[in-house]
Parts: sequence; structure tokens; C-alpha cells
Amino acid sequence: MQDEEIVREFLVESHENLSRLDQELVELEKHPQDAGLLASIFRTIHTIKGTCGFLAFTTLEKITHQAENLLSQLRDGKRALTPQLVSLVLETVDATRRVLGEIEKDGTEGTEQFGSLIERLQAATRAPATVNLATPAALATVPATPPLAGEDEAGKVSAVAEANVRVDVGLLDKLMDLVGELVLTRNQILQFNSEREDAALNATAQRLNLITSELQEGVMKTRMQPIGGVWNKLPRVVRDMGLLLGKQIRLEMEGAETELDRTIIEAIKDPLVHLVRNACDHGLEPSEVRTKAGKAAQGRLLLRAYHEGGQVNIEIADDGGGIDLARVKQKALEKALLRPEQLEKLSEREALNLIFMPGFSTAAKVTNLSGRGVGMDVVKSNIERIGGVADVYSQLGVGTTVRLKIPLTLAIIPGLVISSGGERFVIPQVNLLELIRLEGDAREKQIERVHGTPVYRRRGSLLPIAYLNQVLGLSDPPQSEAMSMVVLQAEDRQFGLVVDGISDTQEIVVKPLGKQLKGLSIYAGATIMGDGRVALILDVLGIGQRSGVLAESREQARAATEQKSASAAELERLLLFRAGSFERMAIPLSLVARLEEFPASMIEYASGEPVVQYRGRILPLVRLQEALGDGEAPAKPGEPLQVIVFSGGDRNVGLVVDQILDVAEEAVTVRRPSRRAGLLGSAVVDEQVTDFLDLSDVLRGLAPEGAEGTTGQAGKRILVAEESSFDRGLIRGGLDMAGYQVVEAGNLDEALQRLEHQEVDVVVAALSLPPLGSGALLAAMRQRPEWARIPILALADSARLAEAPSVNKAGFEHCQTKFDGAAMLESVSRLAKAITTPEPVLAGERK
Amino acid sequence: MAIENGRGDVAGQYSTFYVGELFFGVDVLRVQEVLRVQPMTRVPQAPKVVEGLINLRGQIVTAVDLRGRLGLGPRMSEEPPMNLVVRTDDGAVSLLVDEIGDVLDVDGSMYERPPANLDPAARQLILGVYKLKDRLMMVLDTERAVDLNQAHARSAV
Repeated sequence: MQDEEIVREFLVESHENLSRLDQELVELEKHPQDAGLLASIFRTIHTIKGTCGFLAFTTLEKITHQAENLLSQLRDGKRALTPQLVSLVLETVDATRRVLGEIEKDGTEGTEQFGSLIERLQAATRAPATVNLATPAALATVPATPPLAGEDEAGKVSAVAEANVRVDVGLLDKLMDLVGELVLTRNQILQFNSEREDAALNATAQRLNLITSELQEGVMKTRMQPIGGVWNKLPRVVRDMGLLLGKQIRLEMEGAETELDRTIIEAIKDPLVHLVRNACDHGLEPSEVRTKAGKAAQGRLLLRAYHEGGQVNIEIADDGGGIDLARVKQKALEKALLRPEQLEKLSEREALNLIFMPGFSTAAKVTNLSGRGVGMDVVKSNIERIGGVADVYSQLGVGTTVRLKIPLTLAIIPGLVISSGGERFVIPQVNLLELIRLEGDAREKQIERVHGTPVYRRRGSLLPIAYLNQVLGLSDPPQSEAMSMVVLQAEDRQFGLVVDGISDTQEIVVKPLGKQLKGLSIYAGATIMGDGRVALILDVLGIGQRSGVLAESREQARAATEQKSASAAELERLLLFRAGSFERMAIPLSLVARLEEFPASMIEYASGEPVVQYRGRILPLVRLQEALGDGEAPAKPGEPLQVIVFSGGDRNVGLVVDQILDVAEEAVTVRRPSRRAGLLGSAVVDEQVTDFLDLSDVLRGLAPEGAEGTTGQAGKRILVAEESSFDRGLIRGGLDMAGYQVVEAGNLDEALQRLEHQEVDVVVAALSLPPLGSGALLAAMRQRPEWARIPILALADSARLAEAPSVNKAGFEHCQTKFDGAAMLESVSRLAKAITTPEPVLAGERK
Repeated sequence: MAIENGRGDVAGQYSTFYVGELFFGVDVLRVQEVLRVQPMTRVPQAPKVVEGLINLRGQIVTAVDLRGRLGLGPRMSEEPPMNLVVRTDDGAVSLLVDEIGDVLDVDGSMYERPPANLDPAARQLILGVYKLKDRLMMVLDTERAVDLNQAHARSAV
């Protein structure tokens, strides 16, 4: 029994060591002089050999012993490192891995003897040493550094070991299941509580609520793993591909520390390797072709991972030849995937996405590396299975980027509870765009028919509609005055789904359906509701396909995008609302986190200020009417409060308004700045004059959420350089919310002045910054050494976003649209962090 | 305890139940529990024999109407069906039956293969028959009873 334990420990440890070895060896090839690296590799092999001897794994001992001999010669400088030798050692690593696999299976080493490998290792050790000129230098540095480096590392390792505990993955899964059960029970208690008036129960229920949320978050975190764990093996993959294909490839990785739930990490492992292989094989060109095209001979492959809007984006970008659309279309024809007339109608994006179709491969020749029976369609379906999205962007001659959007976790998701035909269903929040309620006349007028197909006019474009009752074959609801519709997004298309009623949003635990129901694509799973009953979770893509709205909307979506790109005017999505005597106010929808209704009874007071408990936290409320100095808001007992929730970083604020009016997508034309506190100015929206709220001004009086509530952004100063004070105000709103200090500048001179007087962490500059554009600011900043390291985020009007790639090339850290608040915050926080992270975080250490 | 020998003639203990007039037995080790009527969530568009989903202490369990599965007509009785929750390769599944009987001890000598002229829908699901003193007990193949994907499940859809 004890022996088994020891073997298991040995396997776990060796696997960890081997994946590190892969990386270190590739690294070593680049820096053959690095004595510390060599010493570390030697130590690892030595450890494995030692344990093998102890456990009597003779084959493995033989292999590692020979490799150790070779490495010791390398370490002592008796032999120079060549790519052939690195390959040989890598081969040893592979062999070791195979034997470990055998041991894992049945406890024996298996039958393979690895005679040829051992012989070649011996031969390499015996071959006359070809000491090259570089070796003396290496020798010279050896005595000075290795002991120090060695000690250092040993010290670090033990410190890490003390702060960490190795936990069985099965136990973590079990914990997650239990937390899922606890969340369900919590929901049931909360529902029970809401049905009775018992102060003691109420207090206990609230406490249970908070603790459960914290526990859920905590357990979720223990299951989070940095994506770097999967990336570790990619340098090896790229190296092998490069050697085999005779291409020079440089692999760069950004955001390896980005964390994902381990089940998701597991699921994206293979698709990632496939995409990287694909990029090496089909994406990047051979050196000669690159040089001819005026590019660097060495191809660049960039892996990037970052958080965005509760999801993780993973990009695999190469600077290769790009995807030739004409060839893609021709291939689709040859393989009879589409008919010619269908091809003609495809938009550029749709044509690009053809590569995800089953049976598609444009590689002129199938190499033994990629094209191993796994196509891009498998990648796409694997990603979609875990609720992710795969997308490809490409520019001929410039490169290809595949972007994967992946949810953080699968187990517990927020969902909207709706009813249809007397049953309850849950729609995952990820797919939800907006809710529309149609009453009385509007109902008749706004749902129209195109040749019998119902459509809805939504901000000027037609949205196809499906009725959930019909899709599910349930009875129609009794005719009522009002009708509820949820606007959903599946893949990149949208449709409206008419339901009988909408209840509320909840955290739900996704449980799989039994195999009897696996064939039903309209359900994503089931969950248990607060009352203990089961509710089905709708699969939005499946519902869309079953009802046919997705197929039909393809054409419309294309027409819409064409229309959009045709109009150069800048479209913004605005949330319209009313407060006090301000009949019509607006704020960019991108700044808004959610819209909520709170019953007046939920308001509590914290140090005299109104707050509500919201998603396990305290949400301070600001009554807009009072904040604007428009008199006291009249108390309306019994009526729920309409609250716009803003959220930035770890901060949340709720703005109480009288009524939410609408969401408008509008080219804002007239802009008149305002001198009144709390207002940015007015503009004409939907042919009516509308006041724009100055969010930062309104929130200025609000105390920060308490010392521990600060975001780590506190003290970070952001310079916003943009000509229009109106736009500055909009940009500033989001940054203020997240707790940044914001300084503003209206032109180049002002910006430089601000930089002189204040230390700035990140600069956000509009492309159109007068007098010469933000390029001038960039140039000026890069000339001053103390400013040269300040990252600059460029903001483009949506119409100019097409310039983004060239902007990035110019030296800006990033470029994006002006009014996408969430994305901007994400970028700013990333850039701000990048410059202050003092040391790399140790592996395995968690914040 | 029942010991299977691959042919279905299993000596040991059987949980018994009725579906209409038919008397069935299932290896007692395959039965997880027996429940009275449970709140059931319908699954629109599911195969007809799937009666719905029940919450079994936080686990979501599919309820399969054994009557429909055997090709019998709709339930006439006033009494609500019982949930016989059985363990399968795919987790727990509830079989809806009319009435629960006793646990019986049987031995191999009473076993016989199912008659050849049995109704095809039922034949797929019946492993064999035990000749008890006063009646016949049919051994239900639970794995097949809950597998709706096979071709022979035609009558179920």
C-alpha cells in the first residue's frame, strides 16, 4: 500500500518536472550559455534517475543515466550544445514520459527497451568533444554563478512548498459539487424567507446568503488554474514544428497567468495545440517567402489571454500570409460544401468562417503534423461545447488571428428565469441582450409580418421572432395585455423570443441531462430552483435553429452590417431615463452594468447613506434627482425603485432614477456643452433633446467603498487626452467608477503639461487629438526617457477602428473604440498592472 | 444477493412491482430507492415515455414511464404511479410503475427464457421468467428499459 503511494508521488512529481524540462530545453537552445538552466536540467534528470533506482524501474534508470552522463558533460563545458543534442535529450524526455505512462497503467515499465535511444545517447557521450569557441566563455562564467543560482532556487522552492498544499483534484471536484448543492439550498431558504415575516429568519438567511457566495467564490478560485499550465508544452510543439517544416518561428506569450476553471483548461488543451500547429504549418510562411515579402525572416506567433466581460479571450495570432478568401471559396466549391450562388452572398466574415466547416482544409499538402484528422470544425465544436465562441480574423499578407472566447467556469452561471406554457425555464445570461415588454397598442404595431414570418422593429432594424410556446409545443398563454420578449444572441446572430412571463435572474447550478434526453438540442441542462423543483435550461443556439430564426436572419444580419459600415456616423447605444424635472436623460449603455428594480423595503442605511444588499455585497444608492440639486425625491411608498447599476473594478454604485425610458442607438448629432453640475451637455436623440449625465460629477461626493474595497487601482492616475470635453466626460465616467484618478487634457500641449506636473500611469488618447493626432503625443512621449515606458491606449471613433492594426504598429499599446466602456476599463487595468507588477508571481502562489 | 451468469437466470433477491397486470422483478442491488409521487417537471419535445424530471436530493433524475416503454396503453388507475429509482450505467433513472411488491428470494431452477411469441416491444426488455408458485415473475432489463436510443425503442417515440 505504502509502495503504491510512493510510486504515485513519484509519478506526479516526475510529470511536473518533465513539463518544466520541455520548456527549459527549448529555452536552453536559445541561450546555450545559461549555466543555471543546464544545472537545473541536470538536477531534474538526476532526481528521476535516483528515484528510479530506489523503486527498481531499471529501464527508466538506464535511459536517464545515459542522459545524465551527456548532460554532465554539457554542464561541465566538455561538450558544446547543438540542436541535435537538444533533440536527443527531448527524445529522452518523451521516452521517460512513455515509461511513466506505462507505470501509471499497471505499475510496470512495459516491454519497450529503448535500445536505440540508449545507444545513441552513449554514442553522443563518447563522440569526440567538439568544443567550440563559445565554451571558454561559458566555462569562465560557470564558477561565478552556479552555486549562487542553485542556492537561490532551492530557497525559493522550499518557500513555495511551505505556502502550498497539494490537494487531490477529485476532492476539489467534490467540494465544487457540494458548493453547488449549498447554492441550491441557499436559494430555497431565500425563497422560503421571502414568504414569511420573521426578522430572525431573515437575518440568518441573509448571513447564509453572504457566506455561501463567499464560499462559492473561494472554492471556484481553488479550481482556477493559470492558462500557462497548458501553454507550457507549446514552446516544444512550436520548436518541433519549426525544425520539421524548416521555418523560423518565434513564440510569444502574453497573459499566461490568466486563470480558468480546470475543467475548461482540460477542454481547451487539444484545440489550442491544434490551432498552434495550424498556425505554424499553414499560417506562417517559409523564411524565403517572408523575406521576399519584406517581412522579418523569423515568423511570429503570439498567444494572448485576457479577461473581458466575465469571459476569457484567448488569441492565437500569426504574422503569416493570412487567409486567401478566393482560395477558401474555391475550396468550398470543390468540396461541394456550398453552391455557387450561396458563395456569392457570403460576407467576408462568413467566408472566413468557412474554414470551420467540417471537411474543409486548404492546405495544399497535408503534413504529418497538422491535418491529423482533427479539423478546425472539431476545434470549433469543442469550444462551443463549453459555451465558448471561436472566431477568425485575417488579412491577406498580414496575418491571421483566431480568437476563442471562453467562459470562466461551467458549474455555476447566472441565468434569467422565464415561464412559458405554465413551465419555468432558465436562459443563460451570456446569451441575453435585452428584455422588451410590449403593452397594448405597441404589441399590435411593433410585431409585424414579412410573408408570414413575425419580426420586430428594434431600433430601426428587423429582428426575427420566435415564440417559445410554439418551439416547445406548449399551449398558448391566455391572451393578456402585455407581452414579454427576450432578445437573445447565439453565435453572432440575434433573435427575439416571446415568452409568457419573466421572473428574475438567479445563480444556477448547471446539471447535465440523462442520456434519454441527450438528443434534444434545445436544452443545455437542468437546474433545481428555490422551491426544490427542476427547471430546464434552454440552449439558445438550439432554440434558434429549431425555430428557424437563425437561418433566416443570416441575410438580414449581413444587410445590417453592410448598412452599418456604410453610414460613417458614429453610432452609440444610449440608455434613456427620467429623473425629477429632467424628462429625458442619457448615458452610454456601455457604462451600465445592469438595470434593477428594488422594493423600497430593501433599502437599509450604512453610516446614514442608503444602500441595498445586492449580489452578496453592499450597493450604495445615489438618488439622481437629489444629486442634480433638483429637490428632494418624493417618497413613493409601495413602488419599487428603478436603479441603474454601475460597476467598475470592485466598486458598485446604484443610481436611483424615476423611470427607465428606452435604449436608443443613435448618431449623436448636436452637442451643446452644459455648465450645470452633473450634466455634460445636451444632444438630440430620437428627435428629442436629451441631457447627458456626467457620471463622474454625480459620483464625486460618494465615499469610496471602504479601505478593503479599494481595487488596487487606487492612486493610479490616468491621463485622458481628447478634444471634446463632452467625450472626455463620457470616458472619464467609467474610469472614475473604477477608482482611478483622472486628469484631462484637451490637446497635445495640455497633455504634455500634465505629464510634466504629475506622475501618470496610463495615457488614454483619442486618435483625433489636436493639433496633429495622437501620434504626435506618442512621439513626444517616447523621446523622454521618464515617459517612454508609460503605456498609451488609443481610442478611435468606431468609424476609424479599421485603422486599429496600423495604430498598434505605430507603438500604441492598444487601440479600441471610444465608447466601449467595459473594454476600455479592461485595457486600462491591464496596462496599469503591467507597469507596476514588480516581480513575476511564483508558480502556484495565489493572491 | 443476485448473481448474474450472463444468461439472465439469476438466483437471489428481486425487488418486485406491477405494471398493469404484469408482474416484474429487478435485481435488488440495482434498485436505489422507491419513492411515492414526486413533483415532476415536464420536458417539452422529449420522447413520449419520458414523463419528466424529478429532484432526488439535489440530483436530477429522469422519470421513464415503464407502461409506455412496454407498449401498454395509458394508465387507468386513480392511484399515482410509484418511482422505482434504479442504478444504471448513466446514473440513476426513475421507472414509473403502478405498484410496488415484496422482495422475493428465487433460485435458478425456477428460471426459463422468455416465450418466443412475446410482444416485440416487451421482448426487448425482458431477460427471462421465473416460475413462482402462484404466478410468473418477469426479469426486467433495466439498462435497456432506460435506453431510448436503440432502434427497438421505436414504439417509445
